[in-house]
Amino acid sequence: MLNYVIRRIAIALPTLLILIIISFLLMHAAPGGPFTSERPLPPQVLANIEAKYGLDLPIWQQMVNYTWGILTEFDFGPSFRYKDRTVNEIIEQGFPITLTYGFLSFIVAVVVGLSLGVIAAIRQNSWIDYIAVGITIGAQVLPNFVMAPLLVITFTLWLGWLPGGGWSGGEWQYLVMPVIALSTSYMASIARITRSSMLEVLNTNFIRTAKAKGLPYRTIILRHALKPAMLPVISYLGPAFVGMITGSVVIDIYFSTGGMGYFFVNSATNRDYSVMMGITILFGALTILFNLVVDLLYAWIDPKIRY
Amino acid sequence: MNLLSKYAATGIVLAAITTSPVSAAGTHPVTGEALAADQTFTYRLLDEHSSVDPQIVEDVNGSELVRDLFEGLMNQNAAGELVPGVATHFETNDAKNVYTFHLRDNAKWSDGKPVTAHDFVFAWRRLADPETASPYSWFADLMSIEGVGPVMKGEASPDTLGVRAVDDHTLEVRLTASLPYFPAMTTHASTFPSPSWTIKAHGKEWTKPGNIVSNGAYILTEHVPQERSVRERNPSYWNNGATILEKVVSLVINDENTALTRYLAGELDKTEIPAGQYPRLSKEHPDQAKSFPRLCNYYYTFNLSDSGPKAFKDVRVRKALSFALDRNIITDDVLQGGQFQAYTFTPAATANFDVPDVDFAGLTQAQRDAKATELMAAAGYGSDNPLKFKMLYNTSEGHKKIAIAMTQMWKQKLGVEIELANMEWKTFLDVRGKQDFELARGAWCGDYNEASTFLDLLTSQSGYNDGKYNNAEVDKLMQGAKTMSDPSGNYTRVEQILAEEMPVIPVYHYTGVFMLNTALKGWPFGNVEQNWYSRNLYKVAE
Amino acid sequence: MFPGEKKVEAMAEHLSTLDEVKGRSLWGDARRRFMLNRAAITSLGILVIIVLFSLLGAHFSDWSNEEIDWAILGMVAEKGQPSLESGHFFGADEMGRDLYARVVQGTQISLMVGVVGAMIAVIVGTLYGAISGYVGGRTDQVMMRIVDILMSIPYMFVLILLLVVFGRSIIMLFIGIGLISWLDMSRIVRGQTLALKNKEFVEAARSIGVPGSRIILRHIIPNLLGVVVVYATLLVPNMILTESFISFLGLGVQEPNTSWGALISEGAGTIQYGVEWQLLFPLAFFVVSLFCFYFIGDGLRDALDPKDR
Repeated sequence: MLNYVIRRIAIALPTLLILIIISFLLMHAAPGGPFTSERPLPPQVLANIEAKYGLDLPIWQQMVNYTWGILTEFDFGPSFRYKDRTVNEIIEQGFPITLTYGFLSFIVAVVVGLSLGVIAAIRQNSWIDYIAVGITIGAQVLPNFVMAPLLVITFTLWLGWLPGGGWSGGEWQYLVMPVIALSTSYMASIARITRSSMLEVLNTNFIRTAKAKGLPYRTIILRHALKPAMLPVISYLGPAFVGMITGSVVIDIYFSTGGMGYFFVNSATNRDYSVMMGITILFGALTILFNLVVDLLYAWIDPKIRY
Repeated sequence: MNLLSKYAATGIVLAAITTSPVSAAGTHPVTGEALAADQTFTYRLLDEHSSVDPQIVEDVNGSELVRDLFEGLMNQNAAGELVPGVATHFETNDAKNVYTFHLRDNAKWSDGKPVTAHDFVFAWRRLADPETASPYSWFADLMSIEGVGPVMKGEASPDTLGVRAVDDHTLEVRLTASLPYFPAMTTHASTFPSPSWTIKAHGKEWTKPGNIVSNGAYILTEHVPQERSVRERNPSYWNNGATILEKVVSLVINDENTALTRYLAGELDKTEIPAGQYPRLSKEHPDQAKSFPRLCNYYYTFNLSDSGPKAFKDVRVRKALSFALDRNIITDDVLQGGQFQAYTFTPAATANFDVPDVDFAGLTQAQRDAKATELMAAAGYGSDNPLKFKMLYNTSEGHKKIAIAMTQMWKQKLGVEIELANMEWKTFLDVRGKQDFELARGAWCGDYNEASTFLDLLTSQSGYNDGKYNNAEVDKLMQGAKTMSDPSGNYTRVEQILAEEMPVIPVYHYTGVFMLNTALKGWPFGNVEQNWYSRNLYKVAE
Repeated sequence: MFPGEKKVEAMAEHLSTLDEVKGRSLWGDARRRFMLNRAAITSLGILVIIVLFSLLGAHFSDWSNEEIDWAILGMVAEKGQPSLESGHFFGADEMGRDLYARVVQGTQISLMVGVVGAMIAVIVGTLYGAISGYVGGRTDQVMMRIVDILMSIPYMFVLILLLVVFGRSIIMLFIGIGLISWLDMSRIVRGQTLALKNKEFVEAARSIGVPGSRIILRHIIPNLLGVVVVYATLLVPNMILTESFISFLGLGVQEPNTSWGALISEGAGTIQYGVEWQLLFPLAFFVVSLFCFYFIGDGLRDALDPKDR
């Protein structure tokens, strides 16, 4: 197992490198640059500015310089659009925000989703099951960019319970709506997957044996059925994670939380090369790490799976 | 006095002190209105500003901040007229190419140092210096300061720029052209002074709260990117006594509908009204919904260069399209914000500009439609040979609505088949700048309150003339206007030529449309450039 | 001779004249089980109606999806309500265009995107994942590494860049959505394959010499179908949601064409302004279709799962 982990980490580095190269090339292929503006600069001035940022060098050279900067100093460069700040600063400020509400949403989605799915499976075809299935499907089909403004209208305008947006250092009132909006659809997916996989597991022979042995139902569920039932859920966690990163864009737009999602999309439209690369690399590294964790969880749950 | 009356007296005095928040905040020195206890103004920003460094800032949001944090030679009052800023008065020579500004002696930076002419010299050199890589360095070019060309190209050192400090309180500028409106340009954020010692000490970090030193009525105390900025009273400001607002908070809210919701929930004092909502909001909240003229136009430009479609080289086609456009529908049914129909390129609200009578403005829409059909037929297009072209605009809900309305009008009236394309901003600029379009949207906000800021766009040497319109007489008239003391005759003639040749289709002229908390007073509705200063605003007690 | 021999002979003769007993195939069993699932059949019926709506609905309306009703433009909240007389069955959108016609056209596009995207995911993802999981070893490592790399590239950014670089078109949308949709499926399938390949029946097949490709095609994949089908039916809605997110960012289908996502995101923005029908109608179609896909997915899973209930 340790070998496996080491191998995976070793492969992660070239993966990141390829990621950097692809992103870099794609980005520079897009028309326009960071200094394309409605009031275009006279060509010599533009040339000077680009020289200052190193944009006049051939692409491969820019890429090498950039990668070197990251490897040696963790320096992701200056932002081209937000002139007062470096990418490191933007990431330092935005990343904890995204991580906080993202992590919370993840926990909520998994805990609530698993519980709902297990309960629905245990009480299959009862009214609890139908309600649970109804809620999950309903929650899943409501896109978060519809839910977000509706939440603000309900909780800020009509009820006045929560502030309409902002972050304020992460006080709980500012977290409630973002977490609800982000976690709901994943909670629903997890519940559905759990339910269907739990149903399969409950009909297997070894569960039947456990029932025949007279084990209390709760023990059967928690100690024997849950683990194998979670396998498909765990495979889903990887895509769920990536999806939440994407979803955080909507959260940032509607709730003005100042997280990475919005900077990400914004940097694409602004051709802010360094911010884009910085965030891409960060998210890419996170995704790789997360997938590794998911694979390890697989092996822990099903002893038959060996790498 | 016995004990009881002493206690009673103390009690009464204490009660008097603590229970009059209104008198604690005071009354407005000029109008006498009772002021609110909480003098905080919170407003919405669409997007994070690019910088608060005066020589680097390039967007409207950033300029608003910079105008509060720093102060330039001149300011504007509520009507948009020039009033003294750091400079108390100025003189110029007959040729209007040498200006001497006299600075007040009590202007100070927030760290106590006096504001001197050297700070302005430093700032203007910095603006033109290629080292600074300012996206607004072209403004220095526009100011026509002597020697600016070689400095911007990096061929000459910034010290050769034609600006110098005669002494600590006298600034002299030499221009290469005669600009009667030069003082108006000093209200622009790029010309504000910057503290050389702070920049030397902190480099790129000098604008962060805690490092920043500014000479305006406020100082930056908090900045969380993409969320909020907070600026608070600067006690060192020379006119601090007249400042009433203690704190100004700007919140970044990308979605305009959410911003409106939060405004109605009481979290904001000011936010923009989404297109089409003004009539309803002005009915439901009549005192809060505001609409007033602004110094910007909105138009569509034909690609008249060699890469443009053949059909557009025919003036009859261009005029037909412009005539068939029912601008009233756009302003009254789509935008509904009190915008003005545009038959000229320059907005009527521009100072010293008389809107000339261009013939198609005087016709009814039915007459225009009839003429349009005639012209189109004469040009050889009709239902058997429909005109086809591509229409380009940059991604936005508002532009989309207008474009849709326009294409439908043209389709129904003239049988034109149009392919709509929208691109995000940078791609759009890139494509338009390369003349890789057929009909593209454009908009221009004046850099200063005078018609040439608009009409210069359509001269052949203008770098912003993406349609590549070329008319020698227009060039000559605009060149001549630079030195005339009253150029309005030339401007009228240029607008008439534009109406005859129709290189662009003017659509409408902007209005500012936003919701404003009734407690906030002092907003300069008469200032078409919308240069507002927080120190002129105040909140009254409800 | 034994007693009753004649009777037995007669019975044997009688039996031999009867038709051969038809064997019941597993798929036949599955189909039967599916038909008995009322929720699934109802959903199938509703979906068929929706598809017919998208294909034929335009004939019932006087308006096209792009024509502006100038008489109500600017006063949509008062005059643009759904009504049978005005011809605007679903009301009008913010630009005074007929919402019914736009929903019809939007349904076409959204369903296409959902189905095509999910099909690409299922076919490509399942094959890729099953092969990778079954073969194992280095091939598995390499194949999964490729998937990892592709998955680490935040798809949204790639999609945005693709749309920006190559311009907006339906083809680009399909390519973009197709590129990301098969990755998840392949991971899930691989995971399940890993669990399956150690099961006894696979061991048995291997031991009697069935070639790997046959094992994958005839034994592993059918056993995966339960999970694949459930995930695929989760995918169709996801594709539609992805497309709606892209429309929300302004990068989706170009005007005057529209999709559910575009209609819903426009409607969500105007919900406060008294024009609720602009959100409710497209959202209703969206929700109902997705519900149907879910029930059908459940029905298929119940039908195809070889384990008896």
